[in-house]
Amino acid sequence: MKLPLAGVRVVDLTVVWAGPFGTLLLADLGAEVIKVENIHVWQPLTRGSMARPPKALMGSGPSWTTGYPDDEPGERPWNRCPTFVNLYRNKRSVTMDIRVPEGRKPFEDLIRTADIVYENNVSETMEKLGITYDYLRSLRPDIIYIRVPAFGSSGAYRNYRALGVHLEGVSGHTLLRKYPDLDVSANTQIFAGDYFAGTHGAFAAIAALHYRNRTGKGQLIEIPQVEVATGMLAQFLMDYALNGRNGEALGNRDYHGAAPCGVYPAKSGSPPLNPDPSWAPIPRAAQFEPQATDRWIAITVCTDDDWRALGAVLGNPPWTGDPRFATAEGRRAHHDEIDRLLAEATRQWDVWELTRALQARGVAAGPVMNARDAFEDPHLRARGLFRRMTQVDCGDRDWVGPFIRTEEGFLPMHRPPVAMGEDNEYVYKTLLGYSDAAYTWLLEHNYIGDRFDDSIP
Amino acid sequence: MPGLALEDVRVLDLTHHLCGPYATKLLADFGADVIKIERPGRGDLARYLNPHKNDERHPEKSGIFFYLNTNKRSITLDLKREAGRQVFFDLLATADLVVENFRPGVMDELGLGYRELRARKPNVVMLSISNFGQSGPYRDWAGSELVLFAMGGEMYSMGIEEREPIKMAGTAALFQSGSAAAVAAMGAVYGAKWGGEGTHLDISIYETQAGGVDRRHASIIGYQFSGRISGRVGVGAVLGFPNGVFPCADGFVEISGGGSRFPGTVRMLGSPPELSGPEWLEPAAALRADLKERFDAIFYPWLIEHTKREIWQLAQENHVLCAPLYTMEDLFTDPVLRERGFFVEVEHPYMGRFTMPGRPFLMSETPWTLRRRAPLLGEHTDEVLREIGYDGERIAALRRAGVV
Repeated sequence: MKLPLAGVRVVDLTVVWAGPFGTLLLADLGAEVIKVENIHVWQPLTRGSMARPPKALMGSGPSWTTGYPDDEPGERPWNRCPTFVNLYRNKRSVTMDIRVPEGRKPFEDLIRTADIVYENNVSETMEKLGITYDYLRSLRPDIIYIRVPAFGSSGAYRNYRALGVHLEGVSGHTLLRKYPDLDVSANTQIFAGDYFAGTHGAFAAIAALHYRNRTGKGQLIEIPQVEVATGMLAQFLMDYALNGRNGEALGNRDYHGAAPCGVYPAKSGSPPLNPDPSWAPIPRAAQFEPQATDRWIAITVCTDDDWRALGAVLGNPPWTGDPRFATAEGRRAHHDEIDRLLAEATRQWDVWELTRALQARGVAAGPVMNARDAFEDPHLRARGLFRRMTQVDCGDRDWVGPFIRTEEGFLPMHRPPVAMGEDNEYVYKTLLGYSDAAYTWLLEHNYIGDRFDDSIP
Repeated sequence: MPGLALEDVRVLDLTHHLCGPYATKLLADFGADVIKIERPGRGDLARYLNPHKNDERHPEKSGIFFYLNTNKRSITLDLKREAGRQVFFDLLATADLVVENFRPGVMDELGLGYRELRARKPNVVMLSISNFGQSGPYRDWAGSELVLFAMGGEMYSMGIEEREPIKMAGTAALFQSGSAAAVAAMGAVYGAKWGGEGTHLDISIYETQAGGVDRRHASIIGYQFSGRISGRVGVGAVLGFPNGVFPCADGFVEISGGGSRFPGTVRMLGSPPELSGPEWLEPAAALRADLKERFDAIFYPWLIEHTKREIWQLAQENHVLCAPLYTMEDLFTDPVLRERGFFVEVEHPYMGRFTMPGRPFLMSETPWTLRRRAPLLGEHTDEVLREIGYDGERIAALRRAGVV
């Protein structure tokens, strides 16, 4: 299949997660996404928490933050950070310092060839750089400019600083996703809003391309992260809109009343390594063996038939026949009691055996899968979500590929995650027509490169 | 008059429940003509899902159905009957996109599989949304929001170590996956409109979570790189203090004020002399329990004397990352969100007048508009069938036969 966005060029000024996820979806669909970076400016939380993290930092946090390849920062750590590297698949990277004329000129030339400019910085950051919609339009009249500010580019909060976790708070997520019996301070910091901001930005971009093709007009798009993230709480929004209720955190229970619905303990232990012989894991040092052994099963009983099926799988212990539990209403009323009884029963089971037994009878159930379960999952392996490719500073790895799939399989991963500055030659020489001498001059005078300035920690 | 970005896009929407309707809502909200095809008599399952106006379980009083179906039209059609299929094929001739979220295989059983559709409309795009996808070992497994997020998302590391993992609020994962499906559909429709080729999209909720940006892509890569699994542990002392959720006079605030932001935190607290010594600025200060104890003794009383909005503003003035934890009431009454035009007033024959969030985002040339409230069941059956050339008699015959 010809990729739908082939021939569309995106100038990518995004940082952290919300913006890069949006441009990632455009890249997967075939757009040429060119990430513009600056070897003199470290963007916090975009290629790592530090440009040059000390070895002591390796493993000091969750592995999604500090699990660098083989626990080594490496020569160019910014190309190896697990928090970000996978978001750079299918993209290109160029370096230019747009604060000075030597970088501004190629930046403007690049905008002239672009269809979309995409950014998600604090509103005033772009204005300070002189990058406004009018400025971009003066370079490319039908440009589509996508901004993804935290609180919007108007109003009293427009320059308020925030990371994803703070946006979760304002958009209402944090108070509604806690353990019902514990204070909200027991929550883990998560970033649901980055997902929504990314998908909505990509959606808006393509809709605007379609409109431009029809009318010749570009436009300015604003994805206010807090506002768009409220959409994930639609039931709570509408209960307030219709009935004036604030709603409450339900933990793992079902908003729409399926009961029981929860996460229950299973027998501890690790899953069998590599259950699918059709792929071979990449060998790694023996000291890296996962420690996590707690196992949990998620179960949702949607119907009375499901309830009877669950009882049968568990060998029909007397409580599963308790008439108080025969209807959804009864099970909701006695959910705490059912949770206790069910947990005693599930504790005896291997999580995958119980999953298969319940699924064989049509009951929605599955393990709470840790990162290893996901990486080795037979379903994802059979469908081919992971793609083995060589990235210049990480080596041969199984990358998470595009999740959009057609009758021909998942969309291609045509480029491994891009290293900073990897496409300098392509952009300057091929796209912008710089001579070898002019390109070399930029390199030698340290305007461009593939390493962050040594002064950056 | 502002334009509609997708006014030349027609969608036949066979989806029900939450995930699929969110995908088609985005298309409808920006101008696509989304014809929602519902089962005669009962309609979309979401009509029976709470919240309902005054908790009356009436199919025209569901708030979640309203939210997910603005700007769509509704017709009823029995796809199991040959006459119903014929109506569907007549509609297909005018459509760019067909969206469905039945169990894998159901469209084929109905005689509406992709091959059948493509034979009748060569450049049609079909979007199939399912729990696990149209192929693979889990294809026929049952799913729920909890199960799909537990398996696909990074739920394992959410919560505290000694307790069970805990998911996101409400049915957030299904809306995330619906929005991912909308991107796929938008891309494919764009490709069909400007490149001429249709396609069959196979979107699995499980996979849109497994490849999702909120930690899971990173946890899979981090595991592969280091051999370690991200568990339910806090981010730890590296971020310094204060970091996390704290109580205040009227609720809670999230504050990230440690490390390089600690001097700002001290200023926010009014620069008390107890926090002015050099020991507070040493790199190892973040790890010293005695310092944290002394800090907390000043910090907690200060928090209790301030409201969440006061703290938010003081934090911003002092470059401390902070946010109030909003309730729905806080959100609906926030003056800045109101001033920005985030809310709209709507009216519905069964639910009356109410205020709800409107636009998901802003487009300068083709802004979000509420062209239609959510449709009543079958409200547009006659209108839509007339548009494709059916006369009153033919429609009446279909209605008598129970097809529409």
